[in-house]
Amino acid sequence: MSEINVTKAGVSLEESDNKLTKGDLRSMFWRSWFLLGSFNFERMQSIGFCVTMIPAIKRLYKTKEDQSAALKRHLEFFNTEPYMAAPIMGITAAMEQERSNGSPLDDATISGVKIGLIGPLAGVGDPVFQGTLRPILGALGASIAATGSILGPLLFFIPFNVIRILTLWYGINLGYEKGTEIVSEASGNTLQKITEGASIVGLFIMGALVCKWTSINVPLVISKVKGSDGKLVVTTVQTILDSLIPGLLPLLLTFLCMKLLKKKVSPIAIIFAMFGVGILGYIGGFLK
Amino acid sequence: MTTIQFVLVIVVAMITGMGSVLDCMQTHRPIIACTLVGIVLGDMRTGIILGGLLEMLALGWMNVGAAMGPDSALASVIATILVISGHQSIPAGIAVAIPIAAAGQVLTIFVRTIAVFFQHLADKYAEDANFRGIEMVHVVAMLLQGLRIAIPAALVAAIAGTSGVQSMLAKIPVPVTRGLQIAGGMIVVVGYAMVINMMEAKYLMPFFFVGFSIAAFTTFTLVGFGIIGLCAAIFYIQLNPKYSLVQVHDELDDL
Repeated sequence: MSEINVTKAGVSLEESDNKLTKGDLRSMFWRSWFLLGSFNFERMQSIGFCVTMIPAIKRLYKTKEDQSAALKRHLEFFNTEPYMAAPIMGITAAMEQERSNGSPLDDATISGVKIGLIGPLAGVGDPVFQGTLRPILGALGASIAATGSILGPLLFFIPFNVIRILTLWYGINLGYEKGTEIVSEASGNTLQKITEGASIVGLFIMGALVCKWTSINVPLVISKVKGSDGKLVVTTVQTILDSLIPGLLPLLLTFLCMKLLKKKVSPIAIIFAMFGVGILGYIGGFLK
Repeated sequence: MTTIQFVLVIVVAMITGMGSVLDCMQTHRPIIACTLVGIVLGDMRTGIILGGLLEMLALGWMNVGAAMGPDSALASVIATILVISGHQSIPAGIAVAIPIAAAGQVLTIFVRTIAVFFQHLADKYAEDANFRGIEMVHVVAMLLQGLRIAIPAALVAAIAGTSGVQSMLAKIPVPVTRGLQIAGGMIVVVGYAMVINMMEAKYLMPFFFVGFSIAAFTTFTLVGFGIIGLCAAIFYIQLNPKYSLVQVHDELDDL
């Protein structure tokens, strides 16, 4: 990545240097909210990325040829976690700025940096936002919402969006100011710590939810014994399972689902299979 | 349903449909979508309760990479309309929500496939450096995702209050509705499994089992679990030798 750090090599026309304004970056920030708007199966987020880059392209390139080339550069395949796309947008804007000022950054370098960042940043964004933040805030909000209180939706909506907006804002701005530096800095320890920490919290809460929020009841009677006090003690499959550890069946079912999903069985197919089991279980009397 | 409510339902449905592809403000999550429809239809409380229950069910549903989860936006909007305007019970609303989520997934795949056409249109505009053209293409594709929820919502809203729909829903046999409710208790694990799979960190699975066991034998609230989980994460990172050593190897090896 050494070529990228070559700044404005051989260009000494300071006044005519292209530079993005604060307004350009603000416009990019707003556009980044809509990154996924035209998601398609061919190049996924590519149009959204290009639309986010438009303010920068307009500022940096004046001839039609240069503008067209820049637009095409950013209509290439792009797909990452939508909030962690922000630093990539900032970094790309910084690279375009250097290129427009005569730095020898060719198309392949710019694309290479973009594509190279997709994987690592999705690797951070997915566990942090999709795997931890949203399910946890969602669970918290849902448990309150189930009582009918408006606090439930608000407790989900406000914190999530505050964190999302800060991520987009600082992602674009820091990415632009620090360039690829920010990634090499962060990929050292900070990002890994955040990812691992979030995964721990996420998995911990998932463990709790599997036990608490899943209800499977197998009321099949195994024995009816008259206790010493003359009361009838009914033992069902469920009471035996619960005496081992409550939530055993949900746990096993979760592992089964994980296996099926890994084998590319669609979630919808699994859900419909569960419908079938639920209906048969009710008719057959082995589920309640 | 008044005409104004009808129009507002369509507007809310548009917002949730676009929110569903954008994954931005989270308007497509049941807890938000149901609440919004509830507000519009004049029964916010029912919307919130239904949204909370559906959110629990859909907790792990997500789009990661090119993979897609069931469509929570369509399910939330239609279920709320049926419960509030169609006078159905909340459990009945939840039962119908799940097949609708499946149908919604098919619709979004359809729109995402159509959007390939827009991709090529954008290429053409890029040729002439037509900024406005590319922006328009982006917006139109997004509006299509909104219509994908708005059109079915309008259809259901138009007939939800009619006796035909109500007698049709009433005719669903008991084993089916009860079976769907029983299945609802199990379906939540599909989302959990999606989340766990996404983390893909076998060496961190002990934390999952600690969470499970504590939940099995205590009555801690979610906030309690959040605090314990956060502390566990901090302990782990503080005590992990890999973070306290000066890095001597190339950082790229870690990626």
